[in-house]
Amino acid sequence: MNGLLIDYEYCTNCQSCEVACKEEHKIPVGQWGIRVLTDGPWECSDGKFNLYYIPFPTRLCDLCAERTAKGKQPSCVHHCLAGCMQYGSIEDLAKELAEKPNQVLFVPEPYSY
Amino acid sequence: MKLFKGQGTRDLGKPWRFEEDGMTVTRGCAWSPPGCHPVGCGIKTYVNGAGELVKIEGDENHPITGGRLCVRCLTMRDYVYNPDRILYPMKRAREDRGKNKWQRITWDEALDLLAEKVAYFKENYGAESILMQGGTGREGGPMLPAYAQAAIGTPNASQPLSGYSCYIPRVAGTTYVLGAAYPEMDYAGGLHGRYDDPAFEVPELLVFWGKYPLPTNGDGMFGHSAVDMMRRGSKLMVIDPRVNWGSARADYFLRLRPGTDAALALGMLDIIIKEDLYDHDFVENWTWGFEQLSERAAEYPPERVAEICGVDADLIVEAARAYANAKPASIAWGLAIDMKNNAVQAGHAIICLEAICGNIDVPGGQLVGDVNDGLELGFGWNELGKELQGKILGLERYPAFVTFILNAHPDTVLDVLETGEPYKIRMVGFEDCNGLAGTDCAQPERWEKAWASTEFNFGVDVFMTPTIMAVCDLFLPLSTTVEHDSVVYTHYGASPVMAGAINKCITVGEGKGDSEILYEIGKRCCPGNFEQFPTYYDWLSWNRLGNKRAFEDLREEVVHQKVETLSYRKYETGKLRPNGEPGFNTPTTRVELWSNVYDHFGEDPLPYYEEPKMSPVSTPELMEQYPFVLTTGARTYCYFHSEGKQIPYLREMNPDPLLEMNPADALKCGVSDGQWVRVSNPYGSCVLKAKVTQAVYEGLVHAQHGFWYPEAEGEAPTLFETYRSNVNILMPHHEVGKLGMGAPYKCLICAVEPIAENYDTDMKVIWERYGNPAPRNS
Repeated sequence: MNGLLIDYEYCTNCQSCEVACKEEHKIPVGQWGIRVLTDGPWECSDGKFNLYYIPFPTRLCDLCAERTAKGKQPSCVHHCLAGCMQYGSIEDLAKELAEKPNQVLFVPEPYSY
Repeated sequence: MKLFKGQGTRDLGKPWRFEEDGMTVTRGCAWSPPGCHPVGCGIKTYVNGAGELVKIEGDENHPITGGRLCVRCLTMRDYVYNPDRILYPMKRAREDRGKNKWQRITWDEALDLLAEKVAYFKENYGAESILMQGGTGREGGPMLPAYAQAAIGTPNASQPLSGYSCYIPRVAGTTYVLGAAYPEMDYAGGLHGRYDDPAFEVPELLVFWGKYPLPTNGDGMFGHSAVDMMRRGSKLMVIDPRVNWGSARADYFLRLRPGTDAALALGMLDIIIKEDLYDHDFVENWTWGFEQLSERAAEYPPERVAEICGVDADLIVEAARAYANAKPASIAWGLAIDMKNNAVQAGHAIICLEAICGNIDVPGGQLVGDVNDGLELGFGWNELGKELQGKILGLERYPAFVTFILNAHPDTVLDVLETGEPYKIRMVGFEDCNGLAGTDCAQPERWEKAWASTEFNFGVDVFMTPTIMAVCDLFLPLSTTVEHDSVVYTHYGASPVMAGAINKCITVGEGKGDSEILYEIGKRCCPGNFEQFPTYYDWLSWNRLGNKRAFEDLREEVVHQKVETLSYRKYETGKLRPNGEPGFNTPTTRVELWSNVYDHFGEDPLPYYEEPKMSPVSTPELMEQYPFVLTTGARTYCYFHSEGKQIPYLREMNPDPLLEMNPADALKCGVSDGQWVRVSNPYGSCVLKAKVTQAVYEGLVHAQHGFWYPEAEGEAPTLFETYRSNVNILMPHHEVGKLGMGAPYKCLICAVEPIAENYDTDMKVIWERYGNPAPRNS
């Protein structure tokens, strides 16, 4: 089973994942295969700001089955400007997850067209 | 070497062109159009048997971008085949300006017409009656003086940006004070081993000062290099009024009031000098005027600076110490420095900081180009002759600006267009310049009227812009970065990073690249200057590669990292001065903390702070009516200034022009999140859509720039609704610094009131008109 490991500490909201996905799968405006969600900015009690972005795979995400069959990365992962996304088996990704905080592992159910 | 996780690896080692799945894949570097700075990100274009662009991907072979690609290149196909794109030359009768009465002509007809007009105005009124207006970032940007001076033969070229307040005030400082090309944050871009190269040192501290490099890649720096370095341990300091991704991760976030950068830099200098945290060796051996600078800085104690900037005094002290103690520390300094009347002094003070802390031209510090690198400037200037040179607009009043950049002075240009004094401008050319679209023209309606007063105008662009629709008689179609051969060089050549091949892979209509159009015009209008270039490729190799290698070789190499010329501490080895002697290329051969050049031009030789012309401090009487400080133009990932509005996936990211407003202010003004508001000040008003957010503090609002509506009516007076949300209507004209540089685009004041109208973009309209376009060939 494969998934996406997102290091949301480093997601800069460039939205390359959203657009790379839309271009790859010809998804019209108003629909997304992956979408960057935003929390913040809001001020914490210590005066610092909370501002996180997380690319969230939608029900249209098939983890780029066609691309990965050819040995390519999913289009979102390949183009991410911050390099904060990884694709792989959940076993490998779980090991990566254990090594660094502020990450999240998604295992989207492949959408049947 | 894997620079970051997630990178593609499948095509590593592939040649510049290869076949895959019945498609031809071409590796190359991108510049423009679509608009961008000269970053040269690696792209792979996939072209089918019919010669159609099927898709574009990031090239994992690229040493800096490594496969990563931003949304502006990812949507290349939607740009290339956009139904609104103009694919052939067109002309229109002068009386039809503003009307959609264009008529298709051939390139020969277009260039002959242009050459005939140039000859006519030269003969009857003198070459100075012709003016070139340029835009920023795109490939045509740095060619602007050559367009005017080498290809057309007039001294007059300029961006219509008040105070030329983008890059130039900073570069004035680097030229006059530092005596070296632009000192950019070093991200090991020219080193084969990148961050792990033994010659490099990962900075202990990165500073984003008036610059948020991630979305913009400002001036050519690949912004996410900063993120790469943060992953390798660099700490971050952000000096910015707004909260962004960087400030939320910074150890030091100095949320200063817009336009107070010079005061902050002077305050930091004072702390660093008083606490003896500076680099004694560098100061003694390589700087000039340290004592005078110390005395000036002493006028800016932390408490005073705290009051001016609105930043806690303790935080200023901590930040100064952190910067001085970090070895090395690196500052990405940006546009916000320029967009203020005394921009030159802010830039000067920041160079002083970099210098006295020993960060100039050290690994992981501020990397400078050697004396042979730099902006393409001067081609055609000598050939103009003394008489024409003396007629360049603004020379008498602003010699420090005009003589260093060889451009006419922008605000003076509007004054001359309006008054006809000292001579009348009769013809204007626009290359990559959509000045009426809230990009640069302060008081854009005045510029429109002034440009419309001329006898003949031409425009070079990809789309019909409001500017060309309003005032031009001839349209020359520009090709995109995948349709022509050219060269991209980081930082306009001013940093030893890389040169990249822009490799043609498709033909769409009859568009030509900026370099080729300039060459064709030059061949016709000033053949003497272009005799030395029998072909376009000779011109290209000379202009962009200094004849050091031929384009044909670079094409196959795709990216050439400038390892031959990359070295550090070049002031020790004579590589910063034409005579090969050690030192900096200034009158004293040192970094001039006390500037002889500024003194010569009648400016204070030391940096100083000046309050914005309109602010709570300088115009308290206006604050009751206009209670907000207004800053403008923060960059987004989806747009390059006025570009991208007709690309559906980009428009979807930011459909409407936003005014960011603090929740407390929104409550006070009765504004809801998403409501349209009227923003006004003594100079004018526009409408924007409120975004209620803590990104701005109470009392500060931020307006987006560059919006026009390509889906709206193009004919005058609508002009694609270019004045609806144009925040530059609120910008004063000719309110510039003493040397002519710097204008207050980012430190104005305004009032905000809710309105009943709803101007929300209907994305269905955008998608139906522009979505998933079919290939176009003619």
